[in-house]
Amino acid sequence: MTTMRETAPAAAHANTARYTHRRQLRNRLRAVLVYATLSAIAFVFLLPLAWMVLTAIKTPQEALRFPPTIIPNAIQLDNFAKAWNYPGMQFPRWTLNTLWISLTVVTGVVLTSSLCAFGFARIRFPGRSFWFAATLASVMLPPQVTLIPLYILFYRIGWLNTFNPLIIPAWFGGGALNIFLLRQFFLNIPAELEDAAYMDGANRLQIWGRIFLPLSMPALLTVAIFTFQATWNDFYAPLIYLTGRENYTLALGINLFNSQFGSEIQYMMAISFLMTIPMIIVFFLAQRYFVSGITLTGINR
Amino acid sequence: MATQLTPLRRTRHSKLYWRDTIEGYAFIMPVILGLILFVFGPMIASLYISFTEYSILQAPVWVGFRNYVDMFTRAPLRVMHSLWVTIIYAAASVPLVLVAALGAALLLNQKLRGMRYFRTMLYIPTVVPLVATIFVWGWLLNPSYGLVNAALKLLGLPPGTWLSEPNTALPTLILLSVWGIGGSMVIFLAGLQGIPESLYEAAKIDGANEWHMFWHITLPQLSPTIFFLLITGIISAFQYFAPAFILTRGGPLFATYFYNLNLYEKAFRWQFMGLASAMAWLLFVIIIALTYILFRSSNAWVFYEVKR
Repeated sequence: MTTMRETAPAAAHANTARYTHRRQLRNRLRAVLVYATLSAIAFVFLLPLAWMVLTAIKTPQEALRFPPTIIPNAIQLDNFAKAWNYPGMQFPRWTLNTLWISLTVVTGVVLTSSLCAFGFARIRFPGRSFWFAATLASVMLPPQVTLIPLYILFYRIGWLNTFNPLIIPAWFGGGALNIFLLRQFFLNIPAELEDAAYMDGANRLQIWGRIFLPLSMPALLTVAIFTFQATWNDFYAPLIYLTGRENYTLALGINLFNSQFGSEIQYMMAISFLMTIPMIIVFFLAQRYFVSGITLTGINR
Repeated sequence: MATQLTPLRRTRHSKLYWRDTIEGYAFIMPVILGLILFVFGPMIASLYISFTEYSILQAPVWVGFRNYVDMFTRAPLRVMHSLWVTIIYAAASVPLVLVAALGAALLLNQKLRGMRYFRTMLYIPTVVPLVATIFVWGWLLNPSYGLVNAALKLLGLPPGTWLSEPNTALPTLILLSVWGIGGSMVIFLAGLQGIPESLYEAAKIDGANEWHMFWHITLPQLSPTIFFLLITGIISAFQYFAPAFILTRGGPLFATYFYNLNLYEKAFRWQFMGLASAMAWLLFVIIIALTYILFRSSNAWVFYEVKR
């Protein structure tokens, strides 16, 4: 804010020059302060991740040394493979389970939330505002209210210990906030494109698929990425619905590992880091959607 | 062409009107079915179950308001205790996270080089899976081997008891919530970048200093953002579960026995489905009441730009 245009009137008077000089000094001091504070915060924020990795490559003896060594004396890179193939644990299988659940959930969410968003944004019909309001209001409902009836329902129809309770609900609209975000995006697509397509004899499904979806890639990716992240990391729903070990997700698997072999902290940290890697990769590949996608939601208005 | 078509399409009871209605409902059918199957239907069932004694294996038995009375009066159920724990957590962590996120966003909003990298670094904890985060925190705060106590010792300070003592466990969890400011921080940044530069320039001409500008421009302009984050923050604080379930199991001595953890145990450990449903409804009523109060108060403090 303050750094802008202060070079222009510099030479005119000695007074102005001295004033400008003092301001530059103050701005530099301020920059140093900002950098120092941010570096301190960044250090604290990244420390746990760093400590996770540093512990993951230690020997069992060194991992439990106190006071701890910062940099390991003997780096044990095979800890990752050992943790991954730990006897009695099924991390490869749990990873596939998690991946399958996440991908099917993302597909269901993107597909059905964009269909509903199109209906809400682009078609006029009686009852539209009622259903849109009902959709938005469902955000306030704590999942615990519907948890027990749904648990009983899934129990009755034999869905407990299957992936269905985690996947199927995602295919029914994909969540109010996603519908809201996509609707906001669709509202800004010019009507001329739609009308031209009608002239050419396209139906609404074609307009949705060939015009709206391709034009909304940033919004769709934002929805997809946040959904993937939330499903990959979810602990609560799998804990309730998945009971057999072979059906566990990574989050449940790591929790099981902790309850049985938690004292082998180097393996705990190694497997935690392995679970983190895909998220970090997704984050760096799609950083701009994480960080700027939020502006799409238009919460400022 | 298009403008000529529009009035035609809106004629009531015309063919197009009905086509729009049918197609509209076809497009939003997933969410209608979803609301009926997974929201409204279960809500009615849950309300009914909350007035019964029900263990899934036996048919529900109608008990009237007993579950609701028990929640408030029977101390061994710890419903009020866990509600209190959750309220303390929400009351401390929501403002803490908001202030920390706003502070970080203000720093990141300075027009300096390299802010992009700092933004990434501050956001990364948010993408680390919650379970992994929980275990690394447990490890860092381990009273006998943890890095944090080692660092305190190095500085000549007494070791902290963190999650291992009843009086420090809840404050520790509150403190840990700061680590998850990434999402709110990014939303604040978007809010800050949406404030018109002209407002600051006008204020500067009037001789305002930065403190004035923060209080009279930045904060009012951000108030819709603060309002949004306050509501979503409160709702998610009342859902708090995994860290207490994994790290402390509600202990020590029930110091971190969060409402949601209590509800989970009542339902799935003790099979008190009726009581657990009643607890869920109390939670819902509290969330609705808080949201209502916030909305009512928002007229006084949330600043909305008049739309042109």
